[in-house]
Amino acid sequence: MRASLFITCYNDTLYPETGKAVVRLLERLGVQLDFHPKQTCCGQMHANTGFRGEAFSQAKRFVRLYQDTETVVVPSSSCVAMIRDQYPGLFEELGNDTLRKEFAALLPRIFELSEFLIDRLGVEDVGAYFPHRVAYHASCHGVRALHLGERPFRLLGKVRGLELIPIPNAERCCGFGGTFSVKNGEVSSAMLAAKLQDVSSTRAEVCTALDNSCLMHLGGAMHRQFMGMRTMHLAEILACTESSPEVQP
Amino acid sequence: MSPDQAITAEPAPHTSALRPIPAHEHAELDPRFAPPFPQAALHVLRNPQLRKNVAHAIDVIQTKRGKLVAEKQDWQALRDAASAIRTEALDHLGTYLHEFEKNCTAAGGTVHWAADADEARRIILDLLRQEKASEVIKIKTMTSAEIQLNPFLEKSGLEVYETDLAEIILQLGEEEPSHIVVPALHINRSQVREIFARRMGLEHLSDDPKELTNAARAYLRRKFLTIPTAISGANFLIAETGGVAVVESEGNGRMCLTLPQTMITIAGIEKVLPRFNDLEVMLQLLARSATGERMNPYTSLWTGVTPGDGPQNFHVVLLDNGRSSILKKPVERQTLKCIRCAACMNACPVYRQTGGHAYGSVYPGPIGAILTPQLMKMEFAQSLPYASSLCGACYEVCPVKINIPEVLLELRSQVVNQERGQAGRFFDPMYLGLRIANLLFARAWRFHLAQRLGRIGLRLFTRKDGWIHSLPSVGGKWTQTRDLRGFPEQTFHEWWAARAKEDQ
Repeated sequence: MRASLFITCYNDTLYPETGKAVVRLLERLGVQLDFHPKQTCCGQMHANTGFRGEAFSQAKRFVRLYQDTETVVVPSSSCVAMIRDQYPGLFEELGNDTLRKEFAALLPRIFELSEFLIDRLGVEDVGAYFPHRVAYHASCHGVRALHLGERPFRLLGKVRGLELIPIPNAERCCGFGGTFSVKNGEVSSAMLAAKLQDVSSTRAEVCTALDNSCLMHLGGAMHRQFMGMRTMHLAEILACTESSPEVQP
Repeated sequence: MSPDQAITAEPAPHTSALRPIPAHEHAELDPRFAPPFPQAALHVLRNPQLRKNVAHAIDVIQTKRGKLVAEKQDWQALRDAASAIRTEALDHLGTYLHEFEKNCTAAGGTVHWAADADEARRIILDLLRQEKASEVIKIKTMTSAEIQLNPFLEKSGLEVYETDLAEIILQLGEEEPSHIVVPALHINRSQVREIFARRMGLEHLSDDPKELTNAARAYLRRKFLTIPTAISGANFLIAETGGVAVVESEGNGRMCLTLPQTMITIAGIEKVLPRFNDLEVMLQLLARSATGERMNPYTSLWTGVTPGDGPQNFHVVLLDNGRSSILKKPVERQTLKCIRCAACMNACPVYRQTGGHAYGSVYPGPIGAILTPQLMKMEFAQSLPYASSLCGACYEVCPVKINIPEVLLELRSQVVNQERGQAGRFFDPMYLGLRIANLLFARAWRFHLAQRLGRIGLRLFTRKDGWIHSLPSVGGKWTQTRDLRGFPEQTFHEWWAARAKEDQ
C-alpha cells in the first residue's frame, strides 16, 4: 500500500512531531509513505475568513499536486473537511470542467488519518502502548463534517495501557474556529474556558484529538494555567509502542 | 394561564397605575446603531449573572430537546420533509402568496402588502386609526420587532401592551429581547420579581412562579377585556386555505387572538406553507426544536372571519423588507426556510456565552448572524458573519436543514469583497496577513523561507521554556488567554528531507 502524506501547513510548521508520528505509525503498519515536497496549504484559513479567490488558488494547487496520487492521508480533520465540503463550491464558482473532473477523481482517495486506518487499512489495533489516562476531544469538523463517529474511540480502545475518560459535553466547540480565535478573541476565550472545565473534570493526563488546531487552543490555555494536562495528536499516541515509547518533542 | 381563570378573576386595582414607558427614538437592537459583535460581546462576557441565566436556560431547553428528538425514529426523515416543503414554498413563493391572498380574502380577511418596514408600519397605523384605537394588545411577533413597530406606535400616540409573559417582562423591565422563542431568557426569576414589584407596585411579591404568574394574570386580564384591537405575528400562513397558524405556550396568545374585535397579523412573506397538511410535519418539528415539547400547548388556527366568533375585522400585512432580494441569491435563499424555532441559538456555543444582545439585532444567534446582514445593508452588520466558530452545531439541529455555516461563509466573502478595496483596510493586520499568506502558499520555497524567518523572528518572543506568552498586534488577541508553543527547530518537511538523505 502506497500513500502520500499531506501534512498541512500548520502541522509542518508548528507540530512536526505529529508528522513524524504518522510516519512511524504508518510505516509500522506496512504503508509505503511518500511526501510531496511542494505541498503548502489546503486554503482553509482563506476560505473561512471570506477570501474565496485566494482559497481557490490554493485548492487548485492542491488538486494539481495530488491528482496522480494513489491515496492521500491527512492528519487534520478540519483540512479534510475543507477539501470535501468547500472545494466543490469553490470549483463550481471559479474553476473549469477539467479541474472539477480532476477533483472528482481525486476526492475518494483522500482520507483523514482515522478514516485511513479503519476504512482503508482495516485496522483498529495498531499495536500501540500508551499507559496513561487520556481524554479524547472530538473536534467539530471530525464530528459534524467528516462524521468520524466511533472511529477514534475504536482506535483508542485498542491501545494497551490506555485509560480513556469521556469528556462531558464532548461535542461542544472549544472556541478555536481559526481566525475566529483572534477576531473574536474574548468570546473564543470564554468558549475555551467552558471547554477546559469539562476537559479538566476528566482528570486525564493527556488530551488528544485529530486536529492540532483545537489542541493548540486547548494546550495553549493548559500551559498558561499550569493545568497539569498536556495535549497530543492521536497519531502520537498510536505511534507509541512498548519497544518504542513516547518521543517528547 | 387558562383562559377561564383569566377572564373570571377580578382585575387588580393597581394595574392601571403603571409607570409610563418612554418612547425610544429607535430600538436598542438596531443593527444600524449597534456596536460590532466582539465589542458588544465583551460587555456581556463581564456579566456573570447574565451568562449564568443564559447558560442555565439554554441547558434546560437543550436537554429537553435532546430527549424528545431521540424518541423520534424518523427525525431525519422529518427534517428532509420539512426542508422540501419550505424549499417548495420558496421556489413558488409568488404563486403561494397569491393563493393565500385569494383564500384569505374569500374568508373575509384583508391582505396588505408591505415592501418595507416603513410601509408596514404605516399600514398598521392607518388600520389602527380607522378603528380609532388608542390602545393595542400584541402577542409576540418577531416581525413587528424587526420593523420596530412598538416605538413607532408609541410615538404616534398609541399605548402598546405586550401579552406574552416574556414580552411583558421585557416591556415592563425596559429590556430588549435576547432570544426569538424565549425572549426574556437572560432574566431570571428573582429579576422578574424585581421588575414586577417595581412596575406593578407589588412590594411584597415573592419570586414564587405561581405568585409571579398571578401578578401577570391580573395585569393582563384588564387588557384582554378592555382593549378591542390586537396585533399578532404568524408562525405559518397556509396558501391552500388562507388560514393563519400561531403556536404558543401560555394561552395568552389564544386570548389575544380571540377576544378583540380587530386583529392585525403581520408576517414575513416567507412564512407561507403550500398545504394545510404541511402543518403535520412542521408542528412536529417546531415544538420539539423550539421548547423541547412534543406539542406546544396552544396551537391557534383561524381562517378569515367567522361571524359571532372571534375578531370581526381581520387584516394580514405581508412584509417583504428585503426578503425577495434574499430569494434571488442561490446560496443565501435557504435563510428564508427558517421557521424561527431558535434551535440554532440553543445549540450555538457562541450564543451560549454571549446571549442574544451582543448580536445587536432582534434576530440573534446563528440565524440572526445570517439573517440580519441580509435584511439590513451588510455595512450595518459586517461583524455578524464572523460571530461563529463554524462548528456546525446549528446546521446539525436545524429542523429545516439550513446550512448556516455555508451561508456564513458566503456572507464573509461578501464582506471581504466590500472591504478589501477600501484604503484603510490595506494595512489592517488581518488583511495584510492573509494577502501575504496567499503569496507564501503559492510556492513551496516562499512558504519554507517564511517558516525559517518566522522561526528566527519568534525567538524574540519565545521564553526559555520554549513557549510564547505574549505577542504584539493580532497575536496579542491569542496570547491574552493562551500561550503558544514556540516554533520547533526543524519543520516536518526538513526532517523528511534529512531522513531521505540519510537513507541514500
